[in-house]
Amino acid sequence: MTANIARWPGAELGSKDLENGKVTTQRYRPDAKFAWSAGEAMSRFLAELQQGRLIARECKNCGRILFPPRMFCEECFRPTDEWVYVKDTGTIETYSISYLDTDARRITEPILVGVVSVDGASPKMGIMHYFGEMATGEIRIGMKVQAKWRPAESRVGSVLDIEYFRPLHGVDR
Amino acid sequence: MRVGIVGVGVTPFRPTTPEFSWKELMYDGAQRSYADAGIDPRSDVGSFITCAEDYYEGFGIFDEFTPDQLGAVLRPMHTVGGDGIQGLANAVMQIRSGLADVVVVESHSKASDILTFTGIVAHGLDPIWNKPLGGHPNYVAGLEMDAFLRGSGNRSEDCAAVVAANRQTALLNPIAAYGARVTKEQAAKSPALWAPLRQLDASTLADGCVVLVVAGEAAARKMRSEPVWIEGIGWASDSPSLETRDWVAPAYATLAAEMAYRLAKVRDPARSFDLAEVDDKFSYKELQHLEALRLARKGHAGKMARSGDLAAGGKLPTNVSGGSLGCGNVLEASGLHRVAEAALQLRGEAGRLQLDGVRRAVVQSWRGLPSASGGVAVLGVGR
Ligand SMILES: [Zn+2]
Repeated sequence: MTANIARWPGAELGSKDLENGKVTTQRYRPDAKFAWSAGEAMSRFLAELQQGRLIARECKNCGRILFPPRMFCEECFRPTDEWVYVKDTGTIETYSISYLDTDARRITEPILVGVVSVDGASPKMGIMHYFGEMATGEIRIGMKVQAKWRPAESRVGSVLDIEYFRPLHGVDR
Repeated sequence: MRVGIVGVGVTPFRPTTPEFSWKELMYDGAQRSYADAGIDPRSDVGSFITCAEDYYEGFGIFDEFTPDQLGAVLRPMHTVGGDGIQGLANAVMQIRSGLADVVVVESHSKASDILTFTGIVAHGLDPIWNKPLGGHPNYVAGLEMDAFLRGSGNRSEDCAAVVAANRQTALLNPIAAYGARVTKEQAAKSPALWAPLRQLDASTLADGCVVLVVAGEAAARKMRSEPVWIEGIGWASDSPSLETRDWVAPAYATLAAEMAYRLAKVRDPARSFDLAEVDDKFSYKELQHLEALRLARKGHAGKMARSGDLAAGGKLPTNVSGGSLGCGNVLEASGLHRVAEAALQLRGEAGRLQLDGVRRAVVQSWRGLPSASGGVAVLGVGR
């Protein structure tokens, strides 16, 4: 509807009409299920997450610390060399304040989301995640943050073992 | 300008590969191929092509996930939603049009990541016309086998001979996943699943990756290996409608072959090749494809299978690699796999499978159920 037109001509269809079979529909639910092998690099990464640690791989050719870890260096096209732990602290590279939920409904408490470049990894190496314990007016690019881990007993080997990143006070640049 | 295959990389096909992610599998195939060609993908390749179907990968826009593991970061790169031979045709066109001197073509199967393969195949059927019927989608293969055998005069025993031959020769192929001493009698007595199709008539899924390096003549001459020339290539599709397509003679294979033969100047296919690698995702498909490619006279492919004409040392050695029945069904990588097998034969590097005097070969692919699409490539060495 627009400001000028309160009602379009014709019969409107609502979800009730579909549910009640007033219009011809065809329903089909594909049986499409997958279980991806995480592989060598991501399996170790997930196992370390469960222990509350972040791990990367080092390429000794270009000297980069690759995070998340991979068994090959995509720049040098050669196998990476060593496992290296990186810190659970980092810097906000970019962020967004989302006022809509996944159904595009307005929410009162906005969701803070963004990319954190992780300390100890090479530039442009980081993780996308949520931010918490900060106000919408407080968040900014360059802000130092630290992972808020879930309690050890509830970690399952998933990026959600980190609940969110929160401000790391006292070391802000 | 001639275009040749200068790098062949094939990972061993396995029923499952839990130790590798699909990215690590692709990396393994790529590094084998680049080592074979003696190239550095970061500096020596003009374009990268992958061949994949999102529903086989299990996530959307697979194209975007391909550069890292192929050495293609920040380089021209695209995905063909089809079989490897269709990707190879794109490589030929890019080189002949001057866009690139060296092109990499990749395809793989990580079928073990798919929990509901039957559901994926069923999802390929028309949503309004066929899907409401439900049922196992492989009945489409049963229908086609029935129509083909009746229409062509070939017999189901001939299909059993194909199963036995391909499973047995695969024992000599180090990359094959399903080599076995299966006999004709065993194949003929295996349980009917979608009659006349029996259990052993169907190939089994496998994981694996195939990467080829393709180059124009000038670039190819500088590479490590002897180029295998792509003399002709073609691809085609029949109707997606089950009710409209030709069930006896697969039009997609006939048309793709005509295109490839025209480019390669093949006039008498039955006498032009030392080796054929044709799709055998189901046993009857091998016979059907041999006839569509005019490698066998109509109704005679089964007799060739029975009499040993298709075996190593026969009139037209066919699927001596073991094919999909023996090596495993590697989905969209199937066509590229068979190109790789033919290329190794032409280079004289096929190990215990090596045939004498292979100078020219024909390779044909089919995208599998419920598709009616595929490609054909004519390959040769020398001159
Ligand atoms: Zn590197």
